[in-house]
Amino acid sequence: MEQKKNWQSFGELNKSEAYNKEVENEFKEDLPMVEDHSGLLNAKAPRRDFLKFLGFSTAAAAVAASCEMPIKKAIPFANRPEDIVPGNANYYATTYVQDGDVVSVIAKVRDGRPIKLEGNDLSPITGGGTSARVQASVLDLYDTARLRFPTIAGKEATFEAIDSAIGGELNSNAVIVTSTITSPSTKAVIAQFLAKYPGSKHVTYDAVSYSGMILANEASYGKRALPSYHFEKAKAIVSLSADFLGTWLSPVEFARQYAAGKKIDEKNPAMSKHIHFETVASMTGSNADEKYLCRPSEMGAIALGILNAVKGKEITGVDEKLKSAISAAAHALIANQGAALVVAGSNDVNVQILVNAINDAVGANGTTINFGVAANYRQGIDSEFAALVDDMNAGKVNAVLFHGANPVYTWPAADKLKSGLAKVKTTISFSGKLDETTAVCKFVIPDHHFLESWGDAEPITGHISFIQPTISPLFKTRAFQDSLLKWSGASADYLAFLKSFWSAKLGGEAGWNKAIQDGVINPSLANVAGASVNGAAVANAIAAVSAKKPSTKIELALYQKVGIGSGQGASNPWLQELPDPVTRATWDNYIIVSPAMAKTLLNIDLNNPGQADAYEVQPPKKVVRLTSGKTVIELPVLIIPGTHPNTIGIALGYGRTEAIGKAVVGTGKNAFPLSSFNGQTVVLDNADIKLELTGETYPVALTQTHFRYDTTQGNRTEIMKELTLAEYKHSPKEIIEERANEYRGQIMGGEKMSDEEVVANFAKDATIYPVYDRPGIKWGMSVDLNSCNGCGACVVACNAENNVSIVGKPEVLRGHEMHWLRIDKYYSGDLENPNVVFQPLMCQHCDNAPCENVCPVAATNHSSEGLNQMTYNRCIGTRYCANNCPFKVRRFNWADYSGADSFPDNQEGIVNDVVLNMSDDLTRMVLNPDVTVRSRGVIEKCSFCVQRLQAAKLDAKKDSRPMVDSDIKVACQQACPTNAINFGNANDKHSAITKVRVENPNRSFYVLEQLHVLPNVTYLAKVRNAEEHAEKAEAAHKA
Amino acid sequence: MTILRSLAKIVAIFLFITLSSTNGNQLLAQDGKALFSQNCASCHAVNKKLTGPALAGVEDRWSEKKNLYAWIKNSAAFLKTGDPYANKLYNEYNKTAMNLFPSLTEKDIDAILVYIKSVPAAGAAPAGGAAGAAAPAEESDSTLVFGLLTLILAVVSVILLQVNSNLKKLSDDKSGIPSTEPVPFYRNKAYIAFIAIILFIVGGYMTTVGAMNLGRSKDYQPEQPIYYSHKVHAGVNQINCQYCHTGVYQGKQATLPSVNVCMNCHLAINEYKGEALKRENGDVVDGTAEIKKLYKYAGFTEGQAWDASKAKPIEWVRIHNLPDHVYFNHAQHVNAGQVACQQCHGEIQKMGEVKQFTDLSMGWCINCHRQTQVQFKDNGFYSIYEKFHADLKSGKIDSTKGITVEKIGGTECQKCHY
Repeated sequence: MEQKKNWQSFGELNKSEAYNKEVENEFKEDLPMVEDHSGLLNAKAPRRDFLKFLGFSTAAAAVAASCEMPIKKAIPFANRPEDIVPGNANYYATTYVQDGDVVSVIAKVRDGRPIKLEGNDLSPITGGGTSARVQASVLDLYDTARLRFPTIAGKEATFEAIDSAIGGELNSNAVIVTSTITSPSTKAVIAQFLAKYPGSKHVTYDAVSYSGMILANEASYGKRALPSYHFEKAKAIVSLSADFLGTWLSPVEFARQYAAGKKIDEKNPAMSKHIHFETVASMTGSNADEKYLCRPSEMGAIALGILNAVKGKEITGVDEKLKSAISAAAHALIANQGAALVVAGSNDVNVQILVNAINDAVGANGTTINFGVAANYRQGIDSEFAALVDDMNAGKVNAVLFHGANPVYTWPAADKLKSGLAKVKTTISFSGKLDETTAVCKFVIPDHHFLESWGDAEPITGHISFIQPTISPLFKTRAFQDSLLKWSGASADYLAFLKSFWSAKLGGEAGWNKAIQDGVINPSLANVAGASVNGAAVANAIAAVSAKKPSTKIELALYQKVGIGSGQGASNPWLQELPDPVTRATWDNYIIVSPAMAKTLLNIDLNNPGQADAYEVQPPKKVVRLTSGKTVIELPVLIIPGTHPNTIGIALGYGRTEAIGKAVVGTGKNAFPLSSFNGQTVVLDNADIKLELTGETYPVALTQTHFRYDTTQGNRTEIMKELTLAEYKHSPKEIIEERANEYRGQIMGGEKMSDEEVVANFAKDATIYPVYDRPGIKWGMSVDLNSCNGCGACVVACNAENNVSIVGKPEVLRGHEMHWLRIDKYYSGDLENPNVVFQPLMCQHCDNAPCENVCPVAATNHSSEGLNQMTYNRCIGTRYCANNCPFKVRRFNWADYSGADSFPDNQEGIVNDVVLNMSDDLTRMVLNPDVTVRSRGVIEKCSFCVQRLQAAKLDAKKDSRPMVDSDIKVACQQACPTNAINFGNANDKHSAITKVRVENPNRSFYVLEQLHVLPNVTYLAKVRNAEEHAEKAEAAHKA
Repeated sequence: MTILRSLAKIVAIFLFITLSSTNGNQLLAQDGKALFSQNCASCHAVNKKLTGPALAGVEDRWSEKKNLYAWIKNSAAFLKTGDPYANKLYNEYNKTAMNLFPSLTEKDIDAILVYIKSVPAAGAAPAGGAAGAAAPAEESDSTLVFGLLTLILAVVSVILLQVNSNLKKLSDDKSGIPSTEPVPFYRNKAYIAFIAIILFIVGGYMTTVGAMNLGRSKDYQPEQPIYYSHKVHAGVNQINCQYCHTGVYQGKQATLPSVNVCMNCHLAINEYKGEALKRENGDVVDGTAEIKKLYKYAGFTEGQAWDASKAKPIEWVRIHNLPDHVYFNHAQHVNAGQVACQQCHGEIQKMGEVKQFTDLSMGWCINCHRQTQVQFKDNGFYSIYEKFHADLKSGKIDSTKGITVEKIGGTECQKCHY
């Protein structure tokens, strides 16, 4: 077969000199030692100095250690609550809610503190999956920037004072502005409030709105709502730039459904086909089987083209390249009539009407799209908010109450909004932080964090998810609903309201208790219904789209990052340091350009090794000034393959006010002013921009090229295996064959063995070391690259579970990030539009680990259960292990990131404010008490969540029974929305991990297997359902 | 010498462990007194009305023994039968329902009744607590003897050396060999070298031992806010450890009892009438005054109803401290491993204020893990170790040694450090 070439960086693609030099070094910078060749005695740190240091440190240690032992107190409860055992965790079902995003979760509460969120398996929507933002939200609870008390005009006030002041001001024409509310009880509370004050209304405002879709559905079907989607039923998926795995509507739900269609049964291989039209490289596009690049302004023409093609008409108005792409998409849709689905990310009503028409034509309605059950994730209509802004400016509004929405930051015409707000007498904000909108409000009554709240949510009609508090409110905060109830004259508080609201529906107290315990109520049967399209609306949309000519200039597409969203994640250090799946950059936003535009705009030709290196090796990137009307913003530029040559992308959600947390200081610029309101919806594309080089540079903390290290024995690019479905069907044993041919020579008598025998015997026959018994338990992990979409939920889950430190931008720039689990991004193929594979890489727990035998103090060694153990208290920080690790998964604490040392000098002036803030007493409440907080100078790495393994074994021992799969889920596995990660006891014939390995012999492989390090992690090769490779493969085989 | 001494200590520790573990088993023996303390004592006394009636002569008050059994096992159910005496009792004690004891067998109840009979009537002072079992072998401290011997021998050898050199000088003079000027011993290089080496060895040894003992606190016995005697509670009154340390079977921490647990009994027990309490230094402690201290924390005024919400936590001084990088779980040892409390905490049932029994060093942990067998046959968890089961059967593994904690990986780093 044709050798596929995978690459992670441009230097690697070109085999440039600088690249070759860099991969020889383990660490990015030189070691902190003075090179001196003048001999030992003449060295700058001669023997006398050495003795001085030795003497001083011994004396210092003796003085420090001989201090008296501190007296510690053991303080029991005065009255111990019945269900709390100190030191044991309790789990409570609750719900993550954020601006319409709803994910049912289980909160792990340890000694009264929620410290980790896990997906709730009982929810059929998410099936126990989570996202990076859900995982990180527990840190927001302990955010030091949270508002600690209510204020009037910036001065602390009591709730009573606020209530009486507002009682005096509220009379009529009050407007409640919220982000999407999925809570039925909250809506009832709002209705009560509105009834009390005549002329009042509730306006839903979403920062990134789906108004286009909602209005299109109204035009097409007469329903002003979003349908629920069933990606798992779709065999052909066409996405017009909808990032449904990352940020579009309900990514956790869709990722799970999508992965179901991508799971491969080796005996009967089949999978869904996903065709993606991409403007700027996105996470969903990276996972697509086929990806075509287009301009944002071409979306309408493409939708129209597909509509025409599926109806057998001619495709017009697009160039040849797109024409063939459109016909390929239409071909796939027609071939899968009744199991096809088209989604579009555009907020243009006409484009969405055309998409509705396509879905209607390919039989999606009633199969993959369900209009019988509405999805409530987004309900905002942009024009309603625009009208409100006009009303405020006209002085027609007496009071505005903001909850969840932050339009001063996100509304395109923020200045007009601000001037309007100045004319409103009573402005009230319920934000938990002093965000941009709250800063201009008179009354601030901070709401609880969701982990402190009661509540409910109905993400999809009929599916209810409940919120219960997992900790008493940390500060003087009050639920938004409580305030409204009070002001509408109700005597009951929100909890009583909620309870009576549901008890009636659930059959009394018992039903309520059960619902709170489970966290969810699921409808008995999914009600799938079709809908018929309004033909006149389609005709109008066709006319409107045809009249609009695609731009010929450079266009801008604004997008959201998986972690930051429209700014909700900006103040969370875990999310800021999470490498963006697409760019692998942290702590900033930037302009994304294609390699082609790099040539014209930046004068960087990536095919020229020298210029590629100049761009890639040093962090500072060229800064470009973007002008659009009156808005000017300067941002550094990143070159990301897979972006349209004439389109640039900028992430939303950056450039937030510094009042919301230390993490936003100096990170990026606000791109919302580049969006616009077109009279109907907010448009996140902009075709009226001008770009010019400023001549300056700005460092961007990119991690794509970090932890690269090639040796003569193994090149890191080989650790990823990818093939197409056609190749796989043609020769399913291809990977086994490849592995066998490579190792046959290393085994005695290997020539006579079959491929399977070679692979099976490689572990024990290709070595002179004895094979160790693993009686009882042998831990193993399996990662399915076909399911992994790179979303990063596992990375943040690992941060939370294992107390992994945040290091801050300056340290990431030096390659010092501490993530135990990283998601590598590999490219292959065309530089302008390459294929992308994500590969999560953590410690492989090699049975023949190279790190173990180089440790001079045996701080890392192997357990009888197959764990590569890292003992922090024994580590002296030689970093030999990290040097010898072929996967570069070991991390060194270069500074005291965690605040674990007792010497302040190890932090101050070394780490930045964000990192310092992570060791604040409040922030530290998020730490997992079962995991040691590592101090400076020690190595750490993935432990396979050993604390969970030990707990699972103990649970089984307490019940006197063998351990089963359900006892244990490691953090990354638990967080994964697509079940890409399997973990368990490989000695147990009934465990899931054994099943995965037995059922997928053809796709299984170990990374860098030829080194004979014997990893305990198996990977299942990525299979792409792509046409061109299939044809090529067949041609190659015929030849 | 010190080595000998520590050897003697190790021997003593083993003796202690063996002795105390047998003691632990004895504790489990269920006699009437223990059953009474565990089940009845929080509401009843033998000669005194508490939450419930005084139990002296209880058998005579009930018409039939059968009814008494039924009443004790399930008082609520028995009340419903309409028994007049039971209903009278119920009403007399403000309709306070008696706890249910479905787990008590008739044999157990008989044992309790026997115990109740054995208690002398009020006024007669109870006999002093059973004297402790054979005290552990006193370690014989012979350091002084050996030290004196060494000193004498050293002096003798120095004198002999001096004599020897004088004699040599004399003989040299006699045979006419010119003698060198004698070097005083403090400038003699051999002496200096010898002393330096001795100092280095002794100093090095002491530094090492001292350094190893840093952060260890064997025999730590701080003064607590309340003089709480385990001897009185767990020893004399045979209260089960778990009655107060409720977490010991369930989780990481054994947990200290909250004030309401203390008050379960001390609502009724407001004075100490047992054997005089003494601190290690001989000071006498007034037990009743200590109970009053508890009342202060509990916010309880005698003669009035107690409002549990008034209680304030007691700030005990923590004795057993492990470093942050050590994971220790009580349930693992006490529940899964069936280790007796005394194995690590010493004869706690004989301690007044608690004293740290072991040094809690890693060597001490590891030693135990090397020698202690897991519940290999009794705990279903270990059924997955098929090879070991087969080896035990075939005799490949010595069944007297059995499967130790070490054998299943109990001395590996990440069993305790993560």
